[in-house]
Amino acid sequence: MTAPVPSPMASASPNPAGVRITSLEERISGTGTGSSPLATQEYFVNMGPQHPSTHGVLRLVLRLDGETVREVVPVLGYIHRGIEKIGENGTYRQFVHLVDRMDYLSALANNWAVTMVIEKAANMETNERIQAIRTIVTELQRLHSHQLWWGVFGMDLGAFTPFFYGFRDHEILTDIFEKTIGARLTMNYIQPGGVMYDIHPDFVKDVKEFLAYFKPKLREYDALVTENVIIQQRLRGVGVLSAERAVAMGCTGPMLRASGVAHDLRKSEPYGLYGRVEFDVPVGTTGDCWDRYWVRMEEMRQSVRIVEQLIDNIPEGKHFLVKPAAKIKVPAGIHYSHLETARGILGVLLVSNGKDQPYRIHCRTPNFNNLWSITEMATGGRVADLVAILSSIDIVVPDIDR
Amino acid sequence: MQDSPPPGEDQAGEVGFAQALLAAAQAIEPATVLRDKSDRITLQVPAAAIAKICQWLRDDPALRFDLLYDHTAIDWPAENRFELVYLLAAVLDPQPRTRDLQVMVTTSVPRDNPVIDTVCGIWPIAEWQEREVYDMFGILYTNHPDLRRLFLEDDWEGFPLRKDYEDDFMLERPT
Repeated sequence: MTAPVPSPMASASPNPAGVRITSLEERISGTGTGSSPLATQEYFVNMGPQHPSTHGVLRLVLRLDGETVREVVPVLGYIHRGIEKIGENGTYRQFVHLVDRMDYLSALANNWAVTMVIEKAANMETNERIQAIRTIVTELQRLHSHQLWWGVFGMDLGAFTPFFYGFRDHEILTDIFEKTIGARLTMNYIQPGGVMYDIHPDFVKDVKEFLAYFKPKLREYDALVTENVIIQQRLRGVGVLSAERAVAMGCTGPMLRASGVAHDLRKSEPYGLYGRVEFDVPVGTTGDCWDRYWVRMEEMRQSVRIVEQLIDNIPEGKHFLVKPAAKIKVPAGIHYSHLETARGILGVLLVSNGKDQPYRIHCRTPNFNNLWSITEMATGGRVADLVAILSSIDIVVPDIDR
Repeated sequence: MQDSPPPGEDQAGEVGFAQALLAAAQAIEPATVLRDKSDRITLQVPAAAIAKICQWLRDDPALRFDLLYDHTAIDWPAENRFELVYLLAAVLDPQPRTRDLQVMVTTSVPRDNPVIDTVCGIWPIAEWQEREVYDMFGILYTNHPDLRRLFLEDDWEGFPLRKDYEDDFMLERPT
């Protein structure tokens, strides 16, 4: 081992207590001999920031001993945009339109999470029609997100066909969203006091047609990937995360449920109309990549079930109750609210000083907390398994970097 | 209609729970109070007691707050302090509960000497969350195994989410 390199920050910032600050250079310097009796040498390899299976600009520094991963050091921040700082300089309404750039596959859930904390803090009214529309579009987007995950997951494991199948069905939903919302990816729709536009006259018909089309397609997904022996062999027993470790590592969403913890905010703190629909929360048993795969496949079926129960019963009413021009004032204090996106719990912490701009706004994002578990899951496994594990976390990098 | 309407009986139960939790926390750290102006049960503790209080919140058989949802900081320059926020939840408990148990813990450290004990040993995810708070606010965590910047480069100067942060790239909003 070489001597640790002193961090330049140690002298540049006030640190009267002498707390030790490390640096990346120090963290990944020096290579030792591996634990193998054949005196192998360990070495560091960069995976990313430009790597197809990191789904964006994520860099993982791997300490390898041959094919075996000894350590994973994630390096973040390549697309950090300081959303929380921008939020402090805008109004409450403006912040809603920033968060769809975080987890762009859960844009509507992100809109809703911010809307929820503002509505709760400022005591704003909504009606049943608004809640029904919000629940349906957010649930459709969970499906939308899982379809894309399924396609990309297949591709990461070396099967190209699922990517086309996933995208084929993903596009139909994208078209439905575009008709009502006007955007195909970074959708801005849910806002404090309502939704931005009423649903398109064709919305109900389109969604029902889609559900009738998509239900048999799920069987096709199973025949193509789920029942594939190669896929099963590559996922079973890989990247195991026990329930206790998943909780300790801060995992939420399908990651946590795959480890056997039935924690779903749609059940435990029902928001929107989730309290009125019937659905099951699928949980895994071992917490390996296969369980994470299976939980998401099952969640697609449950999302279909939820939308089916709601789509015929959208109540009449206005689609917004508070005019967009109205200034929002939030009483001073700490407000927090959270919901379940396709990837886990998105919480928004809002600190108000009584003015019309947030004093501080912070997002507890699911991807940021889920990714940390890779340092544990991948250690001791093979490089090829690391790709499967990373894909089974289903990360969206802008949500990590914010 | 509210997004998450608290039913009447739950609210009464919540007040009772808050008082019982406060009394138990005061037995460990007498200076603990309930933070006002918070929308949920929030224990405000002195910075020196944070590790002790967190250990108790995780290990007490009646509480078992095993998931650290979130940890972040708020800069209050006028009062010369950073307020640190810990948001906890109990999810693993096998006992059936009528509601999800969550609690917030806050503490304050002075701006000119922002040092506090790490809670990494209690919730491993804190290692990552505390690095973000160090990166953005410059809070120094003692006994942290690998305290370094998370998003910014190691040689970055200053801490961007502090209210008095300035750098050459910042733009003035046109008036």
